[in-house]
Amino acid sequence: MIWAAVLLASAGCFLLKIAGWSVPAAWLERDRLQRAAVLLPVPLLAALVVVQTFAGDQRLVVDARAAGLAVGAVLVVLRAPFLLVVVAAAVTAAALRALA
Amino acid sequence: MRRRALSQPDQRRAVVRDAVGIGVAVGAYGLSFGAAAVTAGLSTLQACALSLLVFTGASQFALVGVLGAGGSVLAAVASALLLGSRNTLYAVRLSALLPVRGVRRVAAAQLTIDESTGMATAAPRGLELTAFWATGASVYVLWNLATLLGAVGAARLGDPAVLGLDAAVPAAFLALLAPQVRARRTLGVAVAGALVALAAVPLFPPGVPVLLAGLVVLPLLVRP
Repeated sequence: MIWAAVLLASAGCFLLKIAGWSVPAAWLERDRLQRAAVLLPVPLLAALVVVQTFAGDQRLVVDARAAGLAVGAVLVVLRAPFLLVVVAAAVTAAALRALA
Repeated sequence: MRRRALSQPDQRRAVVRDAVGIGVAVGAYGLSFGAAAVTAGLSTLQACALSLLVFTGASQFALVGVLGAGGSVLAAVASALLLGSRNTLYAVRLSALLPVRGVRRVAAAQLTIDESTGMATAAPRGLELTAFWATGASVYVLWNLATLLGAVGAARLGDPAVLGLDAAVPAAFLALLAPQVRARRTLGVAVAGALVALAAVPLFPPGVPVLLAGLVVLPLLVRP
């Protein structure tokens, strides 16, 4: 099953790229389409942030992941490097679990 | 990037140096992607296949995130494709800017991502091709090496939840999102997407809430 997802995503993401190199530019240069497509990652990434933090078995839960994200968020606001953000979030959650 | 004072060979060296620098920075994402993929239940080989074949970071993170949460193959692939759709727009811009023909287009297409597009469009005149290929190649090599290291590292470390790697994934998404929400309007779209997803979590199977969040951009297609 995982391999099916890997191969489908590989084929699909490549087709999305090669399509842009192949279609006449005028097709995709409509203003509104551009704006919507450029903005699309924003709600998707925001959704991934909250779902990965608060979803547990089709209900919302607040656990050590939320504390990890909070620490990560502070570091993001401070413009810390990516790796520091990720490691700090993991260490926070791990420390809380070790204490519990 | 203004380098008009530099001579052409100096400009070329500066472009290549920047390209390598970007590759090193992206390596950090690659390490955490490899670790996130293994945490989500993928094998090291599957993690590496994603980086070699999909080669677009946010799509890869989304795919493993949805799979790790128990989402269906369809929901995981759909999230990845939605996040990968901006590469189509990048490719349109690049095909007007860069004289790449024939088979080389296949390689150029695979290397069409945020970083290579950004570097090609910001390059001094005459160096757009150099900037594109150097950035694409540097990010490709380092992203894949880092994925392998991250995956092997996480596989050796044991129970990911104890270590807190499951908290690292949303933090990674937040770090990817942050540069895009500096404007107030984009921030509103992000908050709306998050709220839609949270409301949908109890009602829909894993993976679907993320797709529903994408619908908040629909009004932009209708309203002028």
